[in-house]
Amino acid sequence: MNARPVELKGVAKRYGAVTALDGVDFAIEPGEFMALAGHNGAGKTTLFKIILGLIQPTSGSVSVFGSSPQSSQAVELRRAIGFLPENVTFAGNLTGIEMLRFYARLKGAPRAQCADLLEQVDLSDAVTRRVKTYSKGMRQRLGLAQMLLGDPKLLVLDEPTSGLDPDSRRQFRTLIEERRKAGTTILLSSHAMVDFEETADRITFLREGRIVACGTLEALRKASALPVRIRVKAGPGAQATLAEAVGDLAEVQRINGQSVELVCAPDKHVAILRRVGALEAIETVEVRPPHLENIYAYYRDGGPAK
Amino acid sequence: MNAVLAIAGREIREGVRNRWVLATTLVLAALALTLAFLGSTPAGTVKASPLAVTVVSLSSLSIFLLPLIALILTFDGIAGEAERGTLLLLLSYPVARWQIVLGKFLGHTAILAFATLVGYGATGLAVGLTQETGAGGWAPYLAMVGSSILLGAAFAAIGTLVSAVARERAVAGGLGIGLWLFFVIVFDMALLGILAADTNQTIGSATVPWLLMLNPADIYRFFNLASFGDVSTFAGLAGLSETVRIAPAAMLGALALWVAVPLGLAALAFQRRSV
Repeated sequence: MNARPVELKGVAKRYGAVTALDGVDFAIEPGEFMALAGHNGAGKTTLFKIILGLIQPTSGSVSVFGSSPQSSQAVELRRAIGFLPENVTFAGNLTGIEMLRFYARLKGAPRAQCADLLEQVDLSDAVTRRVKTYSKGMRQRLGLAQMLLGDPKLLVLDEPTSGLDPDSRRQFRTLIEERRKAGTTILLSSHAMVDFEETADRITFLREGRIVACGTLEALRKASALPVRIRVKAGPGAQATLAEAVGDLAEVQRINGQSVELVCAPDKHVAILRRVGALEAIETVEVRPPHLENIYAYYRDGGPAK
Repeated sequence: MNAVLAIAGREIREGVRNRWVLATTLVLAALALTLAFLGSTPAGTVKASPLAVTVVSLSSLSIFLLPLIALILTFDGIAGEAERGTLLLLLSYPVARWQIVLGKFLGHTAILAFATLVGYGATGLAVGLTQETGAGGWAPYLAMVGSSILLGAAFAAIGTLVSAVARERAVAGGLGIGLWLFFVIVFDMALLGILAADTNQTIGSATVPWLLMLNPADIYRFFNLASFGDVSTFAGLAGLSETVRIAPAAMLGALALWVAVPLGLAALAFQRRSV
């Protein structure tokens, strides 16, 4: 399987009059960590279902590891994929380990892996408890464990960190990072973009069923041309000098008596820093590039069209 | 096949854990024992095998109870998993959809079969040990136990179909109760009404038993009450079984069709279900 883990060409999905996806070209390279962002109803879950072969696209072609997820080999293909759906509620009277063994049997994964995985997701203490007594966080971690059964080559995660406390989130990030280092391809959607700002190789923004942007954080930052903010600590006397020095390049916003913020275009900030550096009354300078959250909001609200 | 067995096994384990198996078995055993011993009171005076009397009373009870238990057991199977989000997960596994349908059906039917065998089996043994049954009494009784399992399987298949079609759990539950009412109560009343209104006898008496084949509960009743001479005398169906001959094997075949056809439709409906 040297083929790309995921490749979509011109994929559209319509439900009656509703267009869930439209003209989606999308590919993930082997070993890549792709984050998928977009508001609710942007088509993320539909995209996942198409990749998993659970629904058929209205038009376009889909290939997962080189074959169609709808084909007859698709059942075998699924052994190589781990999936964590959004809002999965494990219920019932089976214990955690029994539940995981059931999924292991379906996937043809070794039974011995179950206990290891439960330990990795910190459920060792709850293995013999009935799943219906689990808290939301514990259920989510059980979901993670089942996803990792059989060491899949592709992980697909739909909003994996929703409902997790900060500690569990960190744990979760570590777990994903380990898999990534082991060469696993990862496709993940999340509202909490901060969780993946540093780990994701590329980010795809989906808006109303269309891909509005796709690239590395750096490239997206550049393309969005969102302003860089430079915070300068300067006393009341120095503020006027500062405004005079950089007024032509940046908008000067007074924060309080002690500091001002210079808002400028991303390609201007080095020039501004040079001038600021030449001033004497400056105490500290802090450069703040736009956060992924800002970029996310930018593309979510319409991107370059706006 | 491994996937089918895994899914069936999970249903059975869940049934044991949530005490469905225990409750069903106890209910069937308690009612069967009560009927067997209350029902045996008149047996002495008419000199009939107490087992034959038990077959009459017990099969009349089973017609109401087994379909209800089967439908309650199965309606949640697919619709419930869809609602909890676990269906989406299950479908992302290397499992074909028909395997999910078949696995769930087999698991639920195994629970029903176990409860029927133990509940009615214990009753048969109790009657056999305490009263004079005669050698001929056992065949109708065993046929009744076997066909009860088949009746349970037929309604488990119908319940699975309902669960595969319904969007929501609540809808599946409502449909299940509706179908139970239809097959167990409405169908016979409607048929009776039609026959009473049919003064010109355009529906001949020979057609009626074939109309009964359209309802699994009636097939079961007809099979148990009219197939064995001793029993049909008691059930008051001796006349009917003489005018019309549908071989018992054919009736069992019809009941088996009532298992296979809804199950096949369930697999088909589930295949088309969007997730």
